[in-house]
Amino acid sequence: MKMSFPFSAIVGQDEMKLALLIAAVDARIGGVMVFGDRGTGKSTAVRALAGLLPPIPVVAGCRYNCPPGSENACPAPEAHRPGKAVMPVPFVDLPLGATEDRVVGALDLERALGHGEKAFEPGLLARAHRGFLYIDEVNLLEDHIVDLLLDVAASGENVVEREGLSVRHGARFVLVGSGNPEEGELRPQLLDRFGLSVEVRTPQDLAQRIEILKRCDAFERGPESFVESWRKAERKTLKKIGRGKDMLPAVTVPDEILSLASRLCIAVGADGLRGELTLMRASRALAALDGDATVAPSHLRHVAPLALRHRLRRNVLDETGSTARIDRAMAELIPA
Amino acid sequence: MTATAVPEAETGPDAFADALLAARLCAVDPAGLGGMILRGGGDMRDPVLDMLRACMPADAPERRLPGHIDEDRLLGGIDLTATLARGGVVMRRGLLAEADGGRVVIPMAERLPDHIVAHLAATLDSGTVRAARDGVMLEAPARLLLVAFDDGVEAEERVSDTLAERLAFHIRLDALSNDRRHRLDGDPISPPLLRLQDIEPPGDDVLTALVATAGMLGIESARAPIFALRAARASAVLAGRRTIGEADVMAAARLVLGPRATRLPAPPQADAPDETPDPPPSSGDAPPDSDGDDQSAPMPMEDVVLEAVMAHLPPDVLARIADGRSRQRAVNRARGAGERRKSAARGRPVGARAGVPGNGLRLSLIDTLRAAAPWQKLRGGQIGRVQVRRDDLRIRRFETRAEAVTIFAVDASGSSAVARLAEAKGAVERLLADAYVKRAQVALVAFRGTGADVLLPPTRSLTRARRSLGDLPGGGGTPLAAGLHAAHDVAQAARARGRSPFIVVLTDGRANVARDGAMVQAVAQADAETAARIIGASAIPSAFVDISPRPRREGAELAAMMGARYLPLPRGDAAAMHAAVVAVQKP
Repeated sequence: MKMSFPFSAIVGQDEMKLALLIAAVDARIGGVMVFGDRGTGKSTAVRALAGLLPPIPVVAGCRYNCPPGSENACPAPEAHRPGKAVMPVPFVDLPLGATEDRVVGALDLERALGHGEKAFEPGLLARAHRGFLYIDEVNLLEDHIVDLLLDVAASGENVVEREGLSVRHGARFVLVGSGNPEEGELRPQLLDRFGLSVEVRTPQDLAQRIEILKRCDAFERGPESFVESWRKAERKTLKKIGRGKDMLPAVTVPDEILSLASRLCIAVGADGLRGELTLMRASRALAALDGDATVAPSHLRHVAPLALRHRLRRNVLDETGSTARIDRAMAELIPA
Repeated sequence: MTATAVPEAETGPDAFADALLAARLCAVDPAGLGGMILRGGGDMRDPVLDMLRACMPADAPERRLPGHIDEDRLLGGIDLTATLARGGVVMRRGLLAEADGGRVVIPMAERLPDHIVAHLAATLDSGTVRAARDGVMLEAPARLLLVAFDDGVEAEERVSDTLAERLAFHIRLDALSNDRRHRLDGDPISPPLLRLQDIEPPGDDVLTALVATAGMLGIESARAPIFALRAARASAVLAGRRTIGEADVMAAARLVLGPRATRLPAPPQADAPDETPDPPPSSGDAPPDSDGDDQSAPMPMEDVVLEAVMAHLPPDVLARIADGRSRQRAVNRARGAGERRKSAARGRPVGARAGVPGNGLRLSLIDTLRAAAPWQKLRGGQIGRVQVRRDDLRIRRFETRAEAVTIFAVDASGSSAVARLAEAKGAVERLLADAYVKRAQVALVAFRGTGADVLLPPTRSLTRARRSLGDLPGGGGTPLAAGLHAAHDVAQAARARGRSPFIVVLTDGRANVARDGAMVQAVAQADAETAARIIGASAIPSAFVDISPRPRREGAELAAMMGARYLPLPRGDAAAMHAAVVAVQKP
C-alpha cells in the first residue's frame, strides 16, 4: 500500500486540519467541504487523516465493515467467520463518473450470470462504512449522486431497493468534498448539507512555502524515514482525537452558548436550522478536542466560520466575503 | 528586463532545444514530472517524441488518445462480446492501463472534453486508473507520461488548466519558423550514469531559489515549485552531478516556472510598479542574507535564477501578463459534437429501453439479462451459459434537462447614461444570483464604442461573472447591430450544445454605429434591424428591455422584429428590471 503523507507534517492549512479533526471526533457533523485552488494539498490532508487513524475492529469476513457485536444488523451474516479482525480506517476515493449502481451497490452480475442467483454486491457506500468518503471536484459529479451521498451520510444507513433486491446496511462515514469555485459553483441546497466548509489557499509566506517544498521532497525521497520522523507528532494527534471522542458525550453546552449561536445565525442571515445545529456540534467537538468539559464562547468563535460560511444568503451585490461577515457579527456579539 | 528583450529569432531555436531537454528530463523522472504540453510546432514535435522514445526504456508502451475516446475504452470495462459468450464477466483493459509505464500522446489536447481531462488528472495524481460504473469496479496501475499536443491558435484555446497544472513542462513551439528542419543530432543518446536516488538532498539555497522565484512570478500553486525541484534533480542526473547545482536550478526554473508566470517581478528597488496591488511576497520573508548587504555579497541564487527565467519568458507570456489577462481561463471551444454526445449519454438514468448499444448508447447489462432470463429454458440454455438474443439488448436512457443559458446583451454606450448602466448591472447581478441557484448558465455580451465583446462565455461560475461585470466600462457609441449579432452567435452556439438560450437585451435602442464601425445613424439603425430580424428568424426567445429615459418607437419596433417581449423601464431600478425579466422568462 502506498504510504500517506503524515497529517502532522502538513504545513499551515490550520482551518482544514481543524475541520477534519472535528469531523473525526464527531462524525455526525455531516461532512466537510473543502474549497480551494489547485495544488493546495486538499486531498493530501484528507488522505493523511485517514492514514493516521488507528485500525478498527471488524467482524472477520464481513463485506460491510460491521463492528463486532452488531452481527444482527448485517445484510450478509452468512459470510461472517468466527474470530476478530482489524482493518485500517476505510478511505474511499470516489472515482470520477461513478454510477449509481456502483455507489449504492447492485445485483452481483457474476453470480447472476454464472449461477442464476440473485445476490447483492455491496457498493462504495458499504466500503466507506466507518471511514471516509472523499469526492474530489464535487462539482463534476452528477447532482443526483451527490444528493444520494448526502442523504446516506445524514442517515448513516444505505437502503437499496432496486433490481428486485431489498437490502439495508450501515453506512456511517465522514463525507469530504473538494471543489474549486472557479469551476462553477455548487447549488446552495447542496452546500447547506455539508456540515463544515473550509477555504484553503497556498500559504503566501516564503518560509512556509519553502518548508512545504522541503517536506514534500523529503517524503518523496524516503517515505519510510520521513513517516518515521513524524511518528511522535502523529501519535500526539491521534491521542488528541481519541481523548476528544471519549470526552464528547460528557461535554456540556451552556444555554448562553446556544443563545449566542442563534443570535449569530440571525445576525449573519444563515438560513435554516442546520447552521445552529452544526455550530453547536462543532463547538462541542472542539471543546472535546481541547479537553474542556464545557463549551466556551471562544470555541464557538473558532468554529463559526467553518460552520456558517457556506450557509449565508449570497448577496451578489455585496463583495464582502462570507468569512468577513461572520467575523464582523462575531466581534459584535462576543466581546473579545 | 523588458518585454522586447527577447527577439523572436532567438526564442525559436531555444524553444526547440528546451523541448528536447524537457523530453530528456521527463524520461529521467516520468512519474514525478507528469509530462509536457507542446504548443504548436507541427512536425517539430516528432523529434521531441523521438527523443522521449530514445530515452525511455525500449519496451515502454505508447498510446495515442483521441479526444472522442469513450470512458469504457479509456478506463477499461466489460468486454461485452466475451462476457456474453462466456456467461461470466470478462473485463477489457483500458487505454490508460495499457500505457502503464509508458507514454500517452494526446493530439489536439486543447479540445479534450472535461470529463476525459478529469480522468487524466485523477490518474496522474494517483498513478492508478480507477472506475466504478456499470457493474464494474476496477483499479489498475497507470503510471503515465503525458505528451499533450496543443494546437490552439487563440490565447484562450489551450489545454485545460486542470491538466496543465499537472504537467511539468509547457513548451511553446509555435513561435518557431517552420521552414527550418529541426531534427535530432546523429549522436546516440547515452543513458545517464546516475539515478535519481543518487542525487543529494537539495540545499536550502536551492529550495529558497525555487520558491522565491515562483513567488516573484506570481505562481500560486504549490505544485509548481515541486515540479521545478524534480526537474532540477533530473537535470543533475543528466549532467552526472551528485548535487543539484545552479545550472540545474536555472534550467528547471526556466522550463517549469517561466511559462507559469502570472506577473512580472517588481524591479529590485528604484521605481515601484504602478499597478501591482500586492507587494511581491518575497520582500518581507526573504532570508536575511538576501537583503541587507546587496552590494558586497554575491547575488543570491534566486536573483540569478529569476534573471534567467525572465530572459527566456516566451513573448506571449509577457504580453499576457502585460494585458492583465493572466487570470483568464482556458475556454474549451471545441465542444460541438462531444458535448452533445455527452448529454445523450449522461445525466439522470431513467430506466432502459430496447435497442442496440454503441454509438454513444450504453448497454444496460442488468436490464438486458433480466429481459433474457424468462426465455432461457425455451432457448435451451444451461447454468453458466446465458443465451442473449439481439431482442434482449437494452440500452440506458438518461434524462438531461436542457440547461438554460441566459445571454445578457448590455448596452454600455455613452447614451445609456452611467446611472442606467449601473441599474442594468444590478439587474444582471440579480439574475445571475437566480441563475446560480437554478444551475443555469449566464453569458454576458457588452457593446460600446465600435463593437461588441463576449465578456463572459456561458458559465455557471458566479465568481467569474461578477468579476467580468465589475470590469464593464461604459462610454462611446451604440453599436447595437454588433451587440445583437454577438448575442445571436452565443445563443446559437449554446443551442448547438443542446441548451436553451434566452437573450435579454438591455439598451436604449438608439443605434448609431453600423456593423462596419461607421458612425452613420441611418445605416446603424438598418443594421440593427437586420440583426434583430435574424434573432427573430432563429426563434430564440428573448426580451428587450428599453432603458432609455423616454422610450420611443425604435425600441418597440426592434423588439417586434426580434420577436422579443418589450419591456420599457424608463424609471426601473434594478429590482423592477429583475422582476420584469424573470416574469418574461417564465413559460
